[in-house]
Amino acid sequence: MAVVPGASGELALEVVAPRPDALARARRALRRHPTLIAGTVALAVIVIAATFAPVWWTGDPLQMRPIRRLRPPSAEAWFGTDHFGRDIYTRTVYGARISLTVGAAVSAISLVLGTGLGLVIGFYRRLDTIMMRIVDGIMAIPAILLALALMALMRASVRNVIIALVIPEIPRVTRVVRASVLSLREHLMVEGARALGVGTPRILLRYILPALVAPLLVQGTYICASAILVEAYLSFLGAGTPPVIPSWGNIMAEGRAYVQLAFWIILFPGVFLAATVLAINLVGDGLRDVLDVR
Amino acid sequence: MLAEVLRRLLATIPVMVVVAVSVFALLHVTPGDPAVIIAGDYATEDDIARIRAKLGLDRPFLTQVGIWLAQVVRGDLGTSIFSGLPVATLIKQRAEATVSLTIFAMLISVGLGVPLGIVAAWKKGSWIDRLVMVIAVSGFSMPVFWLGFVLVYVFAISLAWLPVQGYRPLADGFWPFLRHLILPALTLSVIYMALVARMTRASMLGVLSEDYIRTAFAKGLPPGHVLVRHALKNASLPVVTIIGIGFALLIGGAVVTESVFALPGLGRLTVDAIVRRDYPVIQGVLLIVSGVYVLINLVIDMLYVVLDPRIRY
Repeated sequence: MAVVPGASGELALEVVAPRPDALARARRALRRHPTLIAGTVALAVIVIAATFAPVWWTGDPLQMRPIRRLRPPSAEAWFGTDHFGRDIYTRTVYGARISLTVGAAVSAISLVLGTGLGLVIGFYRRLDTIMMRIVDGIMAIPAILLALALMALMRASVRNVIIALVIPEIPRVTRVVRASVLSLREHLMVEGARALGVGTPRILLRYILPALVAPLLVQGTYICASAILVEAYLSFLGAGTPPVIPSWGNIMAEGRAYVQLAFWIILFPGVFLAATVLAINLVGDGLRDVLDVR
Repeated sequence: MLAEVLRRLLATIPVMVVVAVSVFALLHVTPGDPAVIIAGDYATEDDIARIRAKLGLDRPFLTQVGIWLAQVVRGDLGTSIFSGLPVATLIKQRAEATVSLTIFAMLISVGLGVPLGIVAAWKKGSWIDRLVMVIAVSGFSMPVFWLGFVLVYVFAISLAWLPVQGYRPLADGFWPFLRHLILPALTLSVIYMALVARMTRASMLGVLSEDYIRTAFAKGLPPGHVLVRHALKNASLPVVTIIGIGFALLIGGAVVTESVFALPGLGRLTVDAIVRRDYPVIQGVLLIVSGVYVLINLVIDMLYVVLDPRIRY
């Protein structure tokens, strides 16, 4: 709100739209960060392509046509066919569904669990020492190896891949949240709330959590990008989504025997995979600049 | 200094105990009974019970943890279910390929990443800077195995300059050894190089705006001298830190790279163990790799003293 002289000369209160300067700043930032726009547009295209996979002149991703096996890209099969005569273009478009689902689910679940854990650990000192040792310990195990090991003991399914990818990410989120809580809990507003008799759960939810939204949003995009990559690694190594599901990692895993004969089986899903991960990373970098995280 | 090194070494013990227990616990808490999975689809109840007894899975959980820890302390990582060989022996056999691959990849990525980061920071905002940042983000988004296949397709299949896959130990001579490692090391170095270039640029940007850098340029010192001798020296701490932290990334990538190029390393050992549900091997590799990671980061902490005389332990 701003106090301005009214028409009659007396002081009148003028209600100003919610922080127009913030909106303008965001718009300027967007103009200054073309990569954020590029990333967002590319990601939107991929999400739309995946959501409406059946309408983009695709066929049945599982249909085998042995007569047309290992055909190079042509007007009929845009990305060529694999050793069962399945259409690589169709399989690649459908593969986006798996990757995006895994990426979104892993980042959402690990953010929720990691944040919950971080809030509690940051606020209750007694838990802190023990829990942080456990967090450090798990973080010392390389994420891909841990996910691989976890997949070894679970049956291959999309749900289990998500579990195997979430577990190594939780400690990373927990660390960030805990660090913020430790600095925020000394903040004047928290002290004030305390003095007014606000309880700990309410302080965590109403005073500390909102300050964490921006950094967590940025971290969430990075988790999403790495989850999509690692899902492809797991499938490629034969420890990811079940082979019948046309995920990008699976398509490429089946193509590896035909690198010399039919390189297109690996080439096209890989280009889509790299483009998707790149788009998400660009969104993450852009958000970090715009939201001014760190 | 020596006392500090010892103190820090001792401090890694609790971390390693936590790693050992977490590795064990995570593999046992996950849904699914290892004995059932090891036994396979056609096993009878008796088979499963026998496997469970052999692995000690029929004992209380805490007893199992205790037995595992006692073994590890004695340097015994257990015995592979598949080959019957001690896990420690298997790891020793496979270490050479993985260590060579990661060292080469590290050399390539630091050798390229640091200069790229320096130039990008020096020419901030120019097209060179943009290009380096694009390379960095793209490198970070690249699927390692896909890049490996593209390199194989171009350099090994189309041009036939380098072998498609396989490994020659160093004992067979340096040139065959190197020829087989060039493509895998290049593949693996890309993600890591992106990370190093980004960190170098960020860290250099902080230093380049300082007064003493302006003074050095004003004195008419050649830019290369100022950038490397004056700026890089002070910007190196975060870069060295990221080299240590990024080691985990390198090991993860090595697992995938070894699979693409059929290198007989720890990654292949792990993947084979996973296909065969050979979980003593999985546990052993996880523990050793994590231990190396913790040690590398300890060494890097100690390096700070050398790099920055203001830091004393």
